[in-house]
Amino acid sequence: MEDKTLYTLIIFSENVAGLLNQITSVFTRRQINIESLNVSASSIEGLHRYTITCFCDEATIHKMVGQIEKKIGVVRAQFFVSDDIFIQETALFKLSTQKMLEHREISKIIRIHSAKIVEVNPTYAIVTKGGMTEEILSLFHTLMQWDCVLQYVRSGAIAITKNKRELLDEYLAERKERYEA
Amino acid sequence: MTRTKISGAEILMRSLVAEGVKTLFGYPGGAIMPVFDALYDYSDRLHHILVRHEQGAVHAAEGFARVSGEVGVCLVTSGPGATNTVTGIADAMLDSTPIVVIAGQVGAQMLGSDAFQECDIVNVTQPISKWAYQIRSAEDITRAVSLAFHIARSGRPGPVVLDFTRNAQVETAEYVPKKVGFQRGYEAVPPTKPGSIEAAAEMINAAKKPLVLIGQGVELGEAQKEVRQLIEKADMPAGCTLLGLSALPTNHPLNMGMLGMHGSLASNVKTQECDLLIAIGMRFDDRITGKISTYARQAKKIHFDIDPSEINKNIAVDLAVLGDCKKTVSAVTALVKENNHQAWRDSFNEYKDKEQRLVIEPEVFPKEGPVKMGEVIERVATQSHEKAIVVTDVGQNQMLSARYSRFTEKRSIVTSGGMGTMGFGLPAAIGATFGRPDRTVCLFVGDGGLQMTIEELGTIMEQQCPVKVVLLNNNYLGNVRQWQELFFDRRYSFTHMLSPDYGKIAEAYRIPYTLVTEREQLDNAIAQMLSAKGPYLLEVAVMEEDNVLPMCCPGDDVDDMLLEIK
Ligand SMILES: Cc1ncc(C[n+]2csc(CCOP(=O)(O)OP(=O)(O)O)c2C)c(N)n1
Ligand SMILES: [Mg+2]
Repeated sequence: MEDKTLYTLIIFSENVAGLLNQITSVFTRRQINIESLNVSASSIEGLHRYTITCFCDEATIHKMVGQIEKKIGVVRAQFFVSDDIFIQETALFKLSTQKMLEHREISKIIRIHSAKIVEVNPTYAIVTKGGMTEEILSLFHTLMQWDCVLQYVRSGAIAITKNKRELLDEYLAERKERYEA
Repeated sequence: MTRTKISGAEILMRSLVAEGVKTLFGYPGGAIMPVFDALYDYSDRLHHILVRHEQGAVHAAEGFARVSGEVGVCLVTSGPGATNTVTGIADAMLDSTPIVVIAGQVGAQMLGSDAFQECDIVNVTQPISKWAYQIRSAEDITRAVSLAFHIARSGRPGPVVLDFTRNAQVETAEYVPKKVGFQRGYEAVPPTKPGSIEAAAEMINAAKKPLVLIGQGVELGEAQKEVRQLIEKADMPAGCTLLGLSALPTNHPLNMGMLGMHGSLASNVKTQECDLLIAIGMRFDDRITGKISTYARQAKKIHFDIDPSEINKNIAVDLAVLGDCKKTVSAVTALVKENNHQAWRDSFNEYKDKEQRLVIEPEVFPKEGPVKMGEVIERVATQSHEKAIVVTDVGQNQMLSARYSRFTEKRSIVTSGGMGTMGFGLPAAIGATFGRPDRTVCLFVGDGGLQMTIEELGTIMEQQCPVKVVLLNNNYLGNVRQWQELFFDRRYSFTHMLSPDYGKIAEAYRIPYTLVTEREQLDNAIAQMLSAKGPYLLEVAVMEEDNVLPMCCPGDDVDDMLLEIK
């Protein structure tokens, strides 16, 4: 894994069938594993926003972003290192209510980790936790020690860039200007 | 005002006419029958060439596109018809050839049910096409077709697949022509970065030993004249890639020959000596660079390209000039100073002479022994006054055609570069005769490659396509045999190949035929072939175990070329 960095790609694309497949194929062709992937509607109408994280070297990420951006329907693809972005994952835990009642420490752990109980009933409680992978894993491992976890799921990462504004609007406006010129 | 509704199949016909299509290559079948039915009424405007295999249709469309600069169109049925075009689509992708493949598909309501002749061709072709799209309703046809042609021909051209469901062919809709507007998801030509033109001119002005690499992008971008003006003004020697061979006349004093594995010794040696490498519309394929890690390390590098993803893909460069090379190259030319690099230019001569003596003389001007491929190709070049379109298949015949053909006109070499698709030649030559009916089309093909798509002789017979087929028969899969000789201890594993009696085959297809076995017969036979009106098959029995030289062997530095095999 030496000289490999965790990169986060933020991609905007038209909402058309088959694009996800084409984007992931850029990774598989180069035998790069996708660490996490999230796709959902973006703030711009009709455009989807992808957040993809992967480990690779700098030369490779440059090439992959170029090849992704080239796909018809992809509006923009950019990559970031952790310092340039604010990145988060969400985890859901289903915990045994009985165990929580038996061991008061469990609630304390939840609080210490800034997790939130969103639902409780006699059999289980649902806890959500947002944060970086390590924070979520730390909560998970701690809870596991109390043998109270019934289900656990962690989402792919989503990320927001740290520069001032969302630049896609501007980028599209520039492109349109060039097109009309 | 109410417009009349017409069938989707007819909307397709009108859309094709609106795109300027006049010729299509195809083969009918169940899922495309409504379109073929509509075609019946449009045969005065749309000339459909019935091929003998869909692979033939797609290669013909490629050949058509390569020589004419227009989009080649191919019309096939679903399932096996569509999958038979896959090789050609991948070929067009690697060689940036603008084609549109329209394939029938089962009705939208049946998609996903493994219906008869259903194949998910969009998913099959997505990784090997510029764009693949399924048309599922008649209303969507005009938009999809205009977008397909726009994508195929603009920017870096490439193949587009339209998967046309049967219901969309038979449903009716109004024909409302659509123009392609601004596309958020596609920018054909990237903007040229401010300052890059000036920086390129500065680097060229400062160079003492510049070398220009001319790729097919120069042909695709119609920048032949602009590139010529640049190299003449700055006095810079140039080498051409296989696909860029006719972008600069072969006999231009600054043309130092083909680059790469079987290219000229001088251009490859000088790649490792130049102080500035100027790549225009080429992609540093491994057949050009040889060993990547040692390639032109001493040189600064400028890369002109329309495709940003090509920059730094294989070879890291110091400066990228993005954009349409017709514009960027002429902008740079305006800023470069007139120069004279005579000493640098003259330094190529030593290597030219060496190659002439050790490689060219024995291959092209042998005094005795069996006929050689190189001499056949050279004689055809001479007798066609260097004006013919040269189509090649793949193998030794291809490399020697590239080495010994001479070009005076642009868009004159049609060959499968990136894919190296055997069987490309014959159908591509058919397409070329429709793309440029005013020009002579010569095909050089091996015994292996001819037999891969030999069924297209049927198309030639029916259409009387004036393809001058030169079959260079060495009774071997020669190129592979050469590698076995060099790298596998002469163990000729399945490379000897028995041929049919080509004379009888030609006769069966009613195509005039001559067999040449002796050097003395060659000139007359070529003259006869070139003066014949229609198609012709000239078979030349060439030396069986000949080798293409020089050769930069895999893994070697590009200037480390094998000149002789002892
Ligand atoms: C479709 C396909 N199959 C296999 C190959 C591998 N291949 C490259 S050259 C060659 C031999 C070609 O033989 P022939 O057509 O007789 O041409 P020659 O080299 O003898 O001139 C082969 C098998 C290929 N390029 N394409
Ligand atoms: Mg052969």
